Amino acid sequence: MTCREAIEFLMEYLDGELPAEVRAEFDRHLAVCTSCVAYLETYRATVQLEKAAFCEGETAVPPLPEELVQAILAARTCEK
Amino acid sequence: MDGVITANERSRDELAFVARLQSGDGAAFETLVREHGPRMLAVVRRFLGNDEDAQDALQDALVSVYRGIHRFEGHSQLATWLHRVASNAALMRLRSRRRTDETPIDDLLPTFIDDGHQTRATVAWSRPVEQLLERQETAELVRRAIDQLPESYRAILLLRDIEERDTEETAQLLGINAGAVKTRLHRARQALRTLLDSKMRDETP
Repeated sequence: MTCREAIEFLMEYLDGELPAEVRAEFDRHLAVCTSCVAYLETYRATVQLEKAAFCEGETAVPPLPEELVQAILAARTCEK
Repeated sequence: MDGVITANERSRDELAFVARLQSGDGAAFETLVREHGPRMLAVVRRFLGNDEDAQDALQDALVSVYRGIHRFEGHSQLATWLHRVASNAALMRLRSRRRTDETPIDDLLPTFIDDGHQTRATVAWSRPVEQLLERQETAELVRRAIDQLPESYRAILLLRDIEERDTEETAQLLGINAGAVKTRLHRARQALRTLLDSKMRDETP
């Protein structure tokens, strides 16, 4: 397996969706390729950071501008 | 148990609030707009990237809540249902925009030489992910990087990774097939990894 193939199959590898044979080949590639190990680790970290960045409650949100509130209340009346 | 609101009390209050909404109580709707609107605006803004479109999408979402609140059966929390209504409204607007001038993502994907090796070897980040997660500025940095992604890739990332919708539902919402969802999700994550890479590598521990 080349780095190109390993990176192409990376998501399926992490999701456990690769057939056993391909997974074994993937593992053999990782055993000898530090660059792909680093790629896999930073890819996995990216997904973790991404999920954490949007945790509910993590970010305070300001109130809606008053004119937007009024526009929404007016639009609701129009749609009645 | 003064000052402690139990889950049961909360859900009883919520059901009473929903009943008021379902009976067409205007004051209850205004409360909903003021209390839940800001979080819903944040949801649509993530997808659409600009305030003007986000405000229009929020208006669409809240008008559809007003008209469709009778469909809310209380199987999930009201906030969860509103979150989904908001992201659906944002997606409707994205699809109607049908942008053709989207920035290509190729520059953010890894490149390879003829024998299949990476053109530039990947280097580990300077801190373990657990430490990065503890830093307040990391979340802001990641959100800014996601904003830089082309919108069709940003939408996939938000739907699959943040909202945790499954591949089939994401495919349906975006009008593409399941294979395309998987391919684009992988590409979106790779692009985001590239955008974060220099920031995470250059950091001095």
